[in-house]
Amino acid sequence: MGITLELIVFLILAVFIVASSILAVTTKRILRAATYLLFVLFGTAGIYFQLNYSFLGAVQLLIYAGGITVLYVFSILLTSSQGDRAEKLKNSKMFAGLLTALAGLVICLFLTLKNTFLPSHFEHGELPVSAIGMSMMSGEKYGYILPFEVISVLLLACIIGGILIARKR
Amino acid sequence: MIQMEYYLVVSTIMMFAGIYGFFTRRNLLAILISVELILNSVDINFAVFNRFLFPGQLEGFFFALFAIGVSAAETAVAIAIIINIYRNIRNIQVKNMNELNG
Amino acid sequence: MEYTILILLLPFLSFLVLGLAGMKMSNRLAGTIGTVVLGIVAVASYYTAFDYFAAGRGADGTFPTLMPYNAVWLPISESLHIDMGILLDPISVMMLVVISTVSLMVHIYSFGYMKGERGFQRYYAFLSLFTMSMLGLVVATNIFQMYLFWELVGVSSYLLIGFYYTKKEAIAASKKAFIVTRFADLGFLVGILFYGYYAGTFTFTPQLQMLASAGAMIPLALGLMFIGGAGKSAMFPLHIWLPDAMEGPTPVSALIHAATMVVAGVYLVARMFPLFIGYAPEVLHWVAYVGAFTAFYAASVACVQSDIKRVLAFSTISQIGFMMVGLGVCTSADPHDGGLGYMAGMFHLFTHAMFKALLFLGAGCIIHAVHSNEMSAMGGLRKYMPVTHITFLIACLAISGIPPFSGFFSKDEILTACFAFSPVMGWVMSFIAAMTAFYMFRLYYGIFWGRENKELHARHVPHEAPLSMTVPLIFLALVTCGAGFIPFGEFISSNGQSYTIHLDSQVAITSVCIAVVAIAVATWMYLRERQPVADQLAKTFKGLHRAAYHRFYIDDIYQFVTHKVIFACVSTPIAWFDRHVVDQFMNFLAWCTNASSEEIRSWQSGNVQQYTRVFLGGVLVLVLVLLLI
Repeated sequence: MGITLELIVFLILAVFIVASSILAVTTKRILRAATYLLFVLFGTAGIYFQLNYSFLGAVQLLIYAGGITVLYVFSILLTSSQGDRAEKLKNSKMFAGLLTALAGLVICLFLTLKNTFLPSHFEHGELPVSAIGMSMMSGEKYGYILPFEVISVLLLACIIGGILIARKR
Repeated sequence: MIQMEYYLVVSTIMMFAGIYGFFTRRNLLAILISVELILNSVDINFAVFNRFLFPGQLEGFFFALFAIGVSAAETAVAIAIIINIYRNIRNIQVKNMNELNG
Repeated sequence: MEYTILILLLPFLSFLVLGLAGMKMSNRLAGTIGTVVLGIVAVASYYTAFDYFAAGRGADGTFPTLMPYNAVWLPISESLHIDMGILLDPISVMMLVVISTVSLMVHIYSFGYMKGERGFQRYYAFLSLFTMSMLGLVVATNIFQMYLFWELVGVSSYLLIGFYYTKKEAIAASKKAFIVTRFADLGFLVGILFYGYYAGTFTFTPQLQMLASAGAMIPLALGLMFIGGAGKSAMFPLHIWLPDAMEGPTPVSALIHAATMVVAGVYLVARMFPLFIGYAPEVLHWVAYVGAFTAFYAASVACVQSDIKRVLAFSTISQIGFMMVGLGVCTSADPHDGGLGYMAGMFHLFTHAMFKALLFLGAGCIIHAVHSNEMSAMGGLRKYMPVTHITFLIACLAISGIPPFSGFFSKDEILTACFAFSPVMGWVMSFIAAMTAFYMFRLYYGIFWGRENKELHARHVPHEAPLSMTVPLIFLALVTCGAGFIPFGEFISSNGQSYTIHLDSQVAITSVCIAVVAIAVATWMYLRERQPVADQLAKTFKGLHRAAYHRFYIDDIYQFVTHKVIFACVSTPIAWFDRHVVDQFMNFLAWCTNASSEEIRSWQSGNVQQYTRVFLGGVLVLVLVLLLI
C-alpha cells in the first residue's frame, strides 16, 4: 500500500481534527474553544469532500461553520464577562471524567477495529446534486420528502421558539 | 487506499473528546460545544458508512444532512435558553443553576 | 308490622340527637326527648305485642315467626350470609315489652335521680344507645346480628358503668366489665363461626341435614356460645364484673345490670333452645349445673354483704342462675314432658326484670336519701320513706316467692321443672330459694328496721324521694303484684303450643313453707335493734363469714392469675421480646434505611454531568459484560 496524496491529505485532516477537538475541550478560554470547534467543523467538511460528498461538505460549511459557529461567537460575546475563563476543576472530577472518556474510547476503538464490517470499497465519483434533489423531493421509496418537510417545520418551530425564549420581557 | 476504519478512529476520538468536554466543562456554552463535537462525529460516521458500505444508496447521506439541520435547530434553541439564563442570573456557570434544586 | 322498625330507629335517633346536640340543650329538654322517645317505643312495643298475639296462632298451634325486615347485609357465600332485620316471635316480643317497660321506668326515674348531675344529656344519650342495642339484640334475625348488638350492648354498658369517669373505682369497674365480657364473647364469636361453618347459616333455623352431618360440632358451637352468654349473664366464674358494675348510677344498674342486659345470656340460650334440646341436651344440662352452682354461690355471698347494691347484684346473679337452671333442666321440647323449664325460665326472666328493677330503683331512692350504699348508714328508714318501704317490701316478697306476688309463680314453675329433672336438683334449688328469701329479708330489715344509725339520720334527715322517682316504683310494684297472674304459658312455651300453667301443689306448698321459714329466721335475726344471733353467728363462723364477705376470694384468684401468673410469666417475657427483639429489629431496619439514604443522597446531586458520567459508565460496563460473555 503506497502513500498516496489522498492518504496524506487524510492524515493531515485527521491530525488537524483530533488536535482541534482535544484543544476545543481542554482550552481555558471559551472563545478559543469556539474557534477550535470551527476548525473541527472545517476538518469534517474536508472529510466530506474527500468522501466525494461535496454537497454535504458544502452544507457543513454553510450551516455549521458559517451559521452555528457565528451564533456561538455572538452568544459567547453576549454572555461572557470576566467568567470567560473556565474555572479550575477539582482534580478528582477531572480525573473521573477523563477516566470514563478514555475507557469509553478504548472500548469503542477496540470494538471498531475488531469488528468485521461488510466488504467495504471506495468508489470515486461525485454524487450528483440533481440525484440528491430528486431523492429529497421524492415520495417514493428512498424518497425523503417527509423528513424534509418535518425538518422545515422543526426549523420554523425553532425560530419561533428561539425568539420566544430569548426575547426581552 | 484509505481504510474505512481510519475515518472511524478519527470520529471516535472526536466523539470522546466531546464526551470528556461534556463531563468536565462548567460553562454552558462549552458544554454545548462539546455536544456539537459529539454530533459532528456521528455525522462523519453516517457519511463514511454510506460511502464505503452502501455506495448505491443515500440513507447515511441524508441522515447526516438532516442531523446537521437538526443540530442547527438545537443549537439555536439552546443558545436562546442560555441567553435567557444569562439574563436572569448574569452567569452561565453550571454550578449557579440551582434554582430548581430541592 | 313494618312499624316495628321504629322501635329500633327511634332510640338510635334520640341517641344521635342527644349525643351530638345534647350539650346545647338544657337538662330538662334532653331528658324529655329521651323519655318521650322511650315512651313512644314502649307504646310501639306494647302495640307490637298486642298485634302479634292477637293475630292468633297458625294452623300448627304455634305463633308464627314473623320477619318484617330481613336484608342481606354481608353475603359470604351462596347460602351463608349475614342479614340485618327484625324477627318477631313470642320470646322476642316478650323481651321487647320487658325492655321498653323497664327502660321507660328508668328514664322517668332518672329525672329525679340524676337531677343536677354533670353530663345529664350524655347519660340520656347512653341510655338511648343501650335501649336501641338491647332491642336490636332481641329482635335479631340471625346469630351474627345478635352478636353485633350484643357487643353494642357491652359498649353502652361500659359507657354507663364508667359514667362517673372521674371516679377511679368506676373506671376500673367499667374496664373490668368490658374486658371480662369481651373475653367471654370470644367464645361466643368462635361458637358463631363454628355454627356458621357447620350449620351453613347464621339464622336460627338451619337445615336439618346440615346439622345431622355436623356431628359433635354443633354441641361444641352451642357450648362456646354459652360461654359468651355466661359472660354477659355473669355466670360463675365470669360473674366478677357484675358486682363491681354497681359503681354506675343506680338506675343504670336497674336497667342494665338487673333487668335487661344480664339476661341476654338467658335469652341467647332460649333463642338457641331448639338446637340445644335437639342436638346438645347434655350441654343444656351443663348450663343447668353452671346456673345452679352460680345461684348457690351468689346467694351465699349475698347473705353477708353490707353494701346494699352488692347484695342486689349478687341476688341478680343468683336469680339469673335460676333462669339458666330453668332452661337447662329441660329434657324435651314438650312442655308437658320435661320442657316446662323453658317457659319457667322465660317467665322468671319476665317477673324478675320487673321486681329486680323495682328493688334497684328502691335502693336508688334509699341511697339518694342517705348518700351511702352501706347498710350501716341505714336502718329504721320505714318511718322516713313509706312509699319506698312498701314497694321494696313487695319486691322482697316477690323475690322470696310468697304468693300472690309474681316471683312466686315463676320460681315455682322453675322448681317444678327441677323436681321433674331430678329430686336433687329440686331440693338444691329449693334451698337456694330459701337463701334468697333469707338474704332479701336481711337486706330489708337492715334498711328499714334493725339498728338505726340515729346519729347520721339526726344530722341529715332522710326524706322520701321525689315524685318522678316514686311513680316508677309504684308502677313496677303494681306490675309485680299482677304479673304472676298473666297466663304466660299461653304465649310462650318450649314448643310454641299453648300451655296452661297449673301449680304443682306439693312443690308450691314446700317452697312457700321454706320461704316463710327463711323469712322468719331473717326476722328473728335482724328485725330488732340488737342482733345477738347474727353477731354470734358471724363470730362463730369467722373464717366462713370473712370468705363469703370477700366473695370467696374469686376476684383475688383472678387478680393472682392475671397479675402473678399471666402478667409475670407470660406477658413480661413477651413484652421483653417485643421491645428488645421485634422493636429493635424494626429500629435496625429504620437505621439501615436511614444510613443507606444518607449514602445515596449524595448520588442525587442534581448535577447532570455527573449523571451522564455514571450513565456512560454503566453503558460501558454493560458493553464489557456483553463482550466478555
